[in-house]
Amino acid sequence: MENISLFDIIGPVMIGPSSSHTAGAVRLGLLARSIYGAQPTKVHIVLYNSFSKTQKGHGTDKGLIGGILGFNVDNANIKNSLEIAEEKNISIEIFSYEDSSRHPNSVDIIFDDLIEVRGDSTGAGEVRIIQINDFKVSIIGNLPCLVMVYKDKPGMINAVSKLIQDEKINIATFECTRTGKGEDASMVIALDAKLPDTLVKEIELIPDVYFVRSLEGLKK
Amino acid sequence: MKINSFNTALEYCKEQNLRLFEIFQQEESLLKESSVSEIRNAMSQNLDIMNQTIQNGLKNTSKSITGLSGDDSIKVFEYHEDFMPFGTDFKKIIAYALAVMEENLSMGKIVACPTAGSCGIVPAAIFTYSEKFNIFKEKQIDALITAGGVGKIIAKKIALSGAVAGCQAECGVASAMAAAAIVEMANGSNEQIIEAVALALKNIMGLVCDPIAGMVEIPCMKRNAFLAVHAFVAAQMVMCGIKSAVPADEVVDAMKQVGILMSPLLKECSQAGLATTNTGLEVQAKLNS
Repeated sequence: MENISLFDIIGPVMIGPSSSHTAGAVRLGLLARSIYGAQPTKVHIVLYNSFSKTQKGHGTDKGLIGGILGFNVDNANIKNSLEIAEEKNISIEIFSYEDSSRHPNSVDIIFDDLIEVRGDSTGAGEVRIIQINDFKVSIIGNLPCLVMVYKDKPGMINAVSKLIQDEKINIATFECTRTGKGEDASMVIALDAKLPDTLVKEIELIPDVYFVRSLEGLKK
Repeated sequence: MKINSFNTALEYCKEQNLRLFEIFQQEESLLKESSVSEIRNAMSQNLDIMNQTIQNGLKNTSKSITGLSGDDSIKVFEYHEDFMPFGTDFKKIIAYALAVMEENLSMGKIVACPTAGSCGIVPAAIFTYSEKFNIFKEKQIDALITAGGVGKIIAKKIALSGAVAGCQAECGVASAMAAAAIVEMANGSNEQIIEAVALALKNIMGLVCDPIAGMVEIPCMKRNAFLAVHAFVAAQMVMCGIKSAVPADEVVDAMKQVGILMSPLLKECSQAGLATTNTGLEVQAKLNS
């Protein structure tokens, strides 16, 4: 792993007991929630491998739900997140699976049967979103980030990167992929600053853009 | 500036006549695009939280969900009879490490260091040493940055997660970080700091992650106390001039290999080792009932 910060090692400041299973879960919940972009009424969670075995002891479920509710890793409410979700009438179902093709600490979160976000807790509280619906992505959440899904056609990357350039925001990493020529495509652009909402609206207005999210970087 | 190994770190220090914490904080300053003093302030806050966690943990005597721990730190802290040759500070190392872990298990606030399951080791080392020798805050920050930089170099090669490389990558690395912090506070040389890292890591090679019922409790809590003491052994040896036969970078490579060879059953999934002893299974069954 490159670009590790001292505060990834001495930190995060968090609610215990496990950085992979509690804090990592909170951060996955936070990222997934911001990808969905709204408070859900129904959340379907599938936990894989280690993640499925350490719910009760490490509060993985409490962490994920806490993140989905918007709590940060050091928020004392995480302890009671299941009860808080119930008060807010959010229905939650949790399932467990073994799948050796998945990371030891891996989860799928499905929001209101609409958006599925898959992620891994990669250790020391670090996380990675690996898939949004059918798209493979790589979002570690250390920087603000633009996520979009659109129809594959010439000029799309140029149109988006020009808008970002006009804002004078530096692009840190850029990744795009597609299901096939002329079919659905996705772009994940990590940035040194969060895009202003006005710019996100402009990107939404580009023809054949289906889905745009501007994510904040996760707090250290 | 890229510090990807202990060797390059030492070379940088030699070239620029700096101590390790200075190059670590410089590197962080470049990465974060913030000033060195901002980074030191943030580290100072982390130290304050660590100290608070120790105090909270000593006060908090509520039993864990398994009923098997929760009030051990105060037992050690308040035991005054001296039957060991080491004095009060020895008990302090143990009590502080346990206190932090007790607080962690009861979903209290901690600073992961490098992980939550190993968060008692570095604070126990820094605060016991500081209280004994009246180490002032700035020097404590130097020590914590030294520990962080050491952890970071290891993390560039090995994921610091029991699920990926076993407990050697959590409590083991924490002990190496703590050893580095102690040598920094003791004014050891840069080379001695890295020697202490090598010595500490060699002795935890292959440490498995087999927690009972998947909880950061057994054996994690007491292991934090053991490995906090372990850090002092490494620091003591290097301060007396002992060197590691195998350099730190090679030790890390070996640790990585051992992590890969380790059975997945022994990587945090509670499917072997202590977790599947009769007692381990009983605790798990009780929890699930």
